[in-house]
Order: sequence, then C-alpha cells, then structure tokens
Amino acid sequence: MEILSLYNSLNTYLFIAALLFSMGIYGLVTRRTLIGMLIASELILAAASINFMAFNRFTAPDPAVGQIFTLFIMAIAAAEAAIGLSIVVAIYRNYKTIDAEDLVELKG
Amino acid sequence: MSLPLPNADQLVGAVFLVLLATTIAGGFIACNAERLVRAVAGLIICFVGVAGLYYFLNSPFIAMMQILIYVGAVAVTISFAIMFAAPEQSKKHGPPNLLAGPLALISAALVFGGFILLVLKTDWQIHPKENSGSVEIIGQRLLTDYSMVFELISIVLLIAIIGALVIARRGRSS
Repeated sequence: MEILSLYNSLNTYLFIAALLFSMGIYGLVTRRTLIGMLIASELILAAASINFMAFNRFTAPDPAVGQIFTLFIMAIAAAEAAIGLSIVVAIYRNYKTIDAEDLVELKG
Repeated sequence: MSLPLPNADQLVGAVFLVLLATTIAGGFIACNAERLVRAVAGLIICFVGVAGLYYFLNSPFIAMMQILIYVGAVAVTISFAIMFAAPEQSKKHGPPNLLAGPLALISAALVFGGFILLVLKTDWQIHPKENSGSVEIIGQRLLTDYSMVFELISIVLLIAIIGALVIARRGRSS
C-alpha cells in the first residue's frame, strides 16, 4: 500500500504547501473584499509554515530551529491579522464599504 | 471470511490521508466560498488539518499552538471584523473582470507548477538529527540561543496591539 505511507515523505508536505500557496494566490487575486484578501493571505502564511516544518522534520540537523521559526511566523500572522482588521474597520467607518474596487480616492 | 485487520502503520497512513483531505477541502472553501463567513469556516477547517500535519511532523507543541493561535484567536478576530464591517453581501454582481476569471486560475496554476517542478528537480539532503526537538529543547533554545527572537515576538505583538487599538479608535467620537 503505497498511498498509506505518504506521511513519511518530504514531497507530500511540499506538495500540500504548494497547493495551499496557489489557493492563497488565487483567492488574493479574485476576492473583492478586503477581508477575503486577508483570509487568502492567511492561507499563504500557513503554506510557508508547512514548508518550514517539513524541512525541519526531514532535512535540518537541528529540529528545534524550524519550530521556533514557525512560532515566529504565527506571531507575525496574528499581528498582521489584528492590524489588517483594524484598518478594515477604520476604512468601513469612513467609506461605508470594504470593497477594494471602491477605494479609489487616490486614483488620478 | 472477515477482512484482514489493518496494522498500525496503515491506520496512521489513513489518518494522515483524512488530515490531507481536510486541509485541501478547507483551503478550497476558504478561497472559493461566496459568503465571507463560510470562507472563515473553511479557514478554520484548513487550520485544523494543518495542525494535524504538524503533529505528523514530530512537533505536537506547534500543533497545539496552531489550534490556539489560529483557530482560537485569528479566526475569531476575522469573524468579529466580518460582523463589524460586512453587513451586506457584495452588491455588485456585474461581469467579473478579466483578472477574476481565467487569469487568476492561470497565475495560480503557474505558481503551483513552478513549485512542483522545484520540489521534484531538487535533490534534498537528509542530515542526521542532533537532538529530539522536544518542547524542553525548544524552551531552552528560546531562552538562550534565540532569545532575540523571543524578545522580538513580544515587542512586535505589543506594538501590534497598541497600533490596532489606535487605528480602530480614530474617528470614533465624531
């Protein structure tokens, strides 16, 4: 049963990370609202974390470093979500919309 | 005749496949759902699957942190923002612009294919492990070799909290 031993190969995790990353890119391009874009960017960050953890498990000599880096990415993602959402709330208060196509005040 | 019972390795592989499907399905919902609330629910499903993948990668501590931080904090924050700032569904149902249709799919597929080629064409070097990477070792490293990272995380989170409060509060009293 080849498919049942997938969990023990590096390529599986890298494929999953690539899939999540491209889903994030797709969502980032197609979403019209700012919150939707933020959700897509969370997918991209999760993909990066999976890559770090996979290399940490399979190739790195010191398995503590990748876990520390992933913790750092999580903290950055939490800070990014908090600041991005407060910006969204501020934009909504001023413009009554969170549609990215309506925010064209600086357009020449 | 009864079916032969699966051994432990096969059970582990089956659990991994379930987690894989959870992650992919969650990500698919998160980037395709029409309503933002459903997208957040998909994001939560995806993060639970990712936490399971971390467990398979020999780091239960990071898996726990993934559940705590992402599912517990980030997803709840996004849900709050949706309740605050997205009262109506997207009013515009006009023709999707060129970027939103095939071009987005093509660009995402190009990125995916590039990563797959990169993964398949590289010969990854496997190194022997120096330690077990347990929670104890992570704690020791965080307070000795990587104490800069530790302090930096706290400073960044503090600044983010204060900055978020300042930005969201401005213009409220008017």
